Amino acid sequence: MDSKKPNRRRFLKGSAALAGVAAGGVPLAKSQTPGTSDKKIDELIAYGDRSRFVTSKRFPVAERHSPDEFGLTFHVLAPLQDSVGIITPSSLFYTATHRGAFVPDIDPREHRLMIHGMVDRPLVFTMDELKRLPYVSRIHFVECLGNRARPTHKTVQETHGLTSCAEWTGVPLSLLLKEAGVQKAASWIVAEGAEEVKGASSIPLAKAMDDTLVCYAMNGEPIRPQQGFPLRLMVPGFEGIYQIKYLRRIKVVDRYYMTYDDYGHINPDPKTAALTHQIGPKSVITYPSGGQQLSGPGFYEISGLAWSGAGVIRSVELSADGGQSWKNAELRTPAFPMAHTRFGFHWNWDGKECVLMSRCTDELGTVQPTRADVAKYWNEPVDKVRVRGADNTVQPWRVASDGSVHNGLS
Amino acid sequence: MGFPRLFIVTTVLGICQTAWTQSPTYGIGKSPSAEEIRAWDIAISPTGKELPPGHGTAKEGAALYVRKGCAACHGATGSSGGHAPTLISRHDLQAKPLVPCLAPCVNDSNAMAIHSPFATTIWDYINRGMPIGKEGTLTPNEVYALTAYLLSKNNVIKEDDVLDQQSLPKVKMPNRDGFALPPDWKPGEPRLQGYP
Repeated sequence: MDSKKPNRRRFLKGSAALAGVAAGGVPLAKSQTPGTSDKKIDELIAYGDRSRFVTSKRFPVAERHSPDEFGLTFHVLAPLQDSVGIITPSSLFYTATHRGAFVPDIDPREHRLMIHGMVDRPLVFTMDELKRLPYVSRIHFVECLGNRARPTHKTVQETHGLTSCAEWTGVPLSLLLKEAGVQKAASWIVAEGAEEVKGASSIPLAKAMDDTLVCYAMNGEPIRPQQGFPLRLMVPGFEGIYQIKYLRRIKVVDRYYMTYDDYGHINPDPKTAALTHQIGPKSVITYPSGGQQLSGPGFYEISGLAWSGAGVIRSVELSADGGQSWKNAELRTPAFPMAHTRFGFHWNWDGKECVLMSRCTDELGTVQPTRADVAKYWNEPVDKVRVRGADNTVQPWRVASDGSVHNGLS
Repeated sequence: MGFPRLFIVTTVLGICQTAWTQSPTYGIGKSPSAEEIRAWDIAISPTGKELPPGHGTAKEGAALYVRKGCAACHGATGSSGGHAPTLISRHDLQAKPLVPCLAPCVNDSNAMAIHSPFATTIWDYINRGMPIGKEGTLTPNEVYALTAYLLSKNNVIKEDDVLDQQSLPKVKMPNRDGFALPPDWKPGEPRLQGYP
């Protein structure tokens, strides 16, 4: 067999070159020649790599100094400009961690989940025991509260890269809480991780009993260490800090506990507090987006993502005139609750400068606001408005007449 | 099912509850012992009910601040570290309604002793998260003392006040009323009625 390989390759190369000529003379680049990898064949068989020609990568948030002065704090942005569909590859999933908790080295055989507090039967589970229980797989986004576009940002990775979406598999927390027997006076839970600082958040019991999951898998494999291996709480639609990584303990309690992480998100204003925990309806165009280049007038398929912490995305609208007029975009994937949803829009660019925007509406009928809408609500000038809580405002991309694409907030 | 009878037997005989499987529907999981729960139960309520026995003063805390290496990140005076959050405000500030931040915040009004609504949050975080690289090694007395030191240096308590299980939750924090609780969460409701 081996002796036949070179011939087969030569044949493929030859036919590809012919096809290129036949298709109208677009020269096929040398890169279509099969190359060789440095990795041994058994390594490539055991765990696949992406093509060496695919270079999409994450980088840390600039303003947050990641890694920080201790070399420890990380907020890492996902390359949304390269995204297709709704699943973020685990290797490119955004990450934000507590001090010192970038990749804790946790042996799953030693890991335990304890459920206690205001329950009739405190319980401890090993990972093996959790995996014996009924599970579900659901697609949910995660988004950091710090995911807000600034005029200095150039690309969608910078403006919106602190969100990603994956398939999560695990046991409904409600199942575990029912097994433990939640007592009547309980109203909150405190969920806590096993990393150095034991990061913890107070979460409403109603949310814990509704759709919260205790997850051990992500995108079809055990959760990656940067995402909370071996166990992560998934609180769909809530901001990222609630999605407790390295989950080791759930305490059922009767009040807001004001943990350090809770403290980091408190606000004197009740309205701002209300906007701080759940993500509002939000969308962004990923192509064409800041830093990309259109090759000239003609047809482009505008592509983007929409999501809402309140449920499914009902519709997405698109404007190519800076918000003067809006047309319906098409949803290109199923719309799952609290999940990224891909939209598309046929667009013929006439070569003139224009501003592209998307806005979405979720199942509650809540429409993603523009910054002008938010300014009106808070009675502040639009150029100085402070978007309270999770920023879900419309992102403008300015397409210049030379085809270059820029942040419309700049 | 044999569960109820087994429950009565184990309860009456005082047999350790780990002797039987706890989860009623699936029979999976174990019951932790009281000691196991106590060892992990480090989240301190604003009521202070989880606080362990112990006590400490600002004077003891000042010595610990040096001995435990706090100054390496937070600065000798607690306000000039440049890397880690400001612990001791340089000014005699009233509580300001600013949003705190968890990333290193080196501005005075974010000093936790001034901004946190509850002294328990400070005790909890020193206990679980400090010192860097040796998290969880401080004794309860040391955590009480360091908490007293930070509160005293920010003029929230007096220098000779003793903090313990009873007194710590009662400390009147300057920002006690300076925050709004998250609203009651219910499925299928928007974040804030009327918000665009």
